[in-house]
Amino acid sequence: MLKIREIDEIQKRLLQEIADLHTVPEGAFNIRANGESAMRNTTANIDIISKENGSGIDIKIKPGTKNESVHIPVVMSQSGLKEVVYNDFYIGEDSDVVIVAGCGIDNCGTQDSEHDGIHRFFVGKGAKVKYVEKHYGSGDGTGKRLLNPGTEVYMEENSTMEMEMVQIKGVDSTKRDTKAELSAGARLVVQERLMTHGTQDAYSIYKVVLNGDDSSADVVSRSVARDKSYQKLDMCILGNAACHGHTECDSIIMDEGRILAVPSLEANSTEAALVHEAAIGKIAGEQIIKLMTLGLTEAEAEEQIINGFLK
Amino acid sequence: MLELQNISFGVTEDNGTGSVDKEILNDINLTIEDNKFVVITGPNGGGKSTLAKIIAGIEKPTSGRILLDGQDITDKNITERAKAGISFAFQQPVRFKGIQVLDLIRLAAGRRMSPADACQYLAEVGLCAKDYINREVNASLSGGELKRIEIATVLARSTRLSVFDEPEAGIDLWSFQNLIQVFEKMRKKIHDSSIMIISHQERILEIADEIVVLRSGRIAATGSREEILPTLIGTPSAVEACKVLTSK
Repeated sequence: MLKIREIDEIQKRLLQEIADLHTVPEGAFNIRANGESAMRNTTANIDIISKENGSGIDIKIKPGTKNESVHIPVVMSQSGLKEVVYNDFYIGEDSDVVIVAGCGIDNCGTQDSEHDGIHRFFVGKGAKVKYVEKHYGSGDGTGKRLLNPGTEVYMEENSTMEMEMVQIKGVDSTKRDTKAELSAGARLVVQERLMTHGTQDAYSIYKVVLNGDDSSADVVSRSVARDKSYQKLDMCILGNAACHGHTECDSIIMDEGRILAVPSLEANSTEAALVHEAAIGKIAGEQIIKLMTLGLTEAEAEEQIINGFLK
Repeated sequence: MLELQNISFGVTEDNGTGSVDKEILNDINLTIEDNKFVVITGPNGGGKSTLAKIIAGIEKPTSGRILLDGQDITDKNITERAKAGISFAFQQPVRFKGIQVLDLIRLAAGRRMSPADACQYLAEVGLCAKDYINREVNASLSGGELKRIEIATVLARSTRLSVFDEPEAGIDLWSFQNLIQVFEKMRKKIHDSSIMIISHQERILEIADEIVVLRSGRIAATGSREEILPTLIGTPSAVEACKVLTSK
């Protein structure tokens, strides 16, 4: 194992938040802290190589790799740091892996901290990937915590990708841009969970292109906008073949929050079956009343309802 | 023991030409004694559900007092009444996205409990616990399933007073047969507590200690099952005939 330098307590806490990591993870991993690679481990089947220009890493997973995981968390505890990182994942044919990414920023200073992670996934034929990405911000400085993740997914025939994208707390501004292209028989499932508070704003944009017959995509976003925060959810599925696409934005709005949901569909084949749904509303009064009859206060009831909704 | 003293409740409605006051409950006086299984019945629109909501604190009476074990709870809110010992099962159970059956039972019990303990409450209402404990309390559950889970939350609370608003509403005959057994069991197990059920169902009326008939916002009759039931569904011989028919 390559151990470049120790990570500090704040970074350890951030790692717990974004990757449930209490100790060094098993399997392959690369921990990036304050703009540098802090720890790395590779396995016989999973290689992690720094790009020559230093702009990021390539993660190469050998064909047929089963039941292995890759963790690539990023933590930032230094105010004023801005970085753009390009990580490319090459997932070999017929492999079955879990990839955990995520970024935690703690900004106690006055300068903005920004991490823009651009992830590209090249998913080989028949491969199965579960991808978990969590974003988290903390720190009481006036400097903003900015995260602009870009995700591109290229799926070959009969591959499957499940994506869990979670951003629950503390990120001041985010623009999440996700693109996917699916070949025949490929299946993409996206579960997004988003909560904004304070004066945060979040843009979440998905463009999923179903190019092959029997390809399918299910993109579901659940979000909560509290205080004076703003969200724009723009989810588009294009069907160019005999495919199935479903997109759903389900949002709870509270306080003075604002949400713009723009689900859209484009069918370029008569065989494309595409559906979209969107709903925005406040917490139903009867849900609060029910939990109050169980002895919870109104505030406790709200918290439980939101926790459940975003679970 | 729950005491309702001179409870009245009215609403102001707009009838198109102006606002008019509509009386829903008028001067209700009622005592639910400990260890009693009391059924409130009567025609639709008579004020039964409103009365239940007033007891749970969901509606505030226009006038009158509510006492639980001698303590005046009229001005207490829903949470305070729940904590004081009142449970309420909704006529139409509420659905929650993401909240699992186990979560809801834990919230009801007010403590961390193992899935095995929570399963006991589901088993009591006739649900195969392992099939339900991790299900979300959402639209994927049928009306009958939701109703049983609703009842399980009340059982998990095990408070001084449990109020059920039309447990039979919205469920099919087959599910209802099972539900009757749940209430029969509850009836047998009453100890230092009382149960109030709003119902039109003869099988529920048959296991009541006391029956209260609410009509047009007033108590039209109250008394023991033996006194009231025959006046509601005809002569005892007619009741026997029905029993013979339904048992076939």
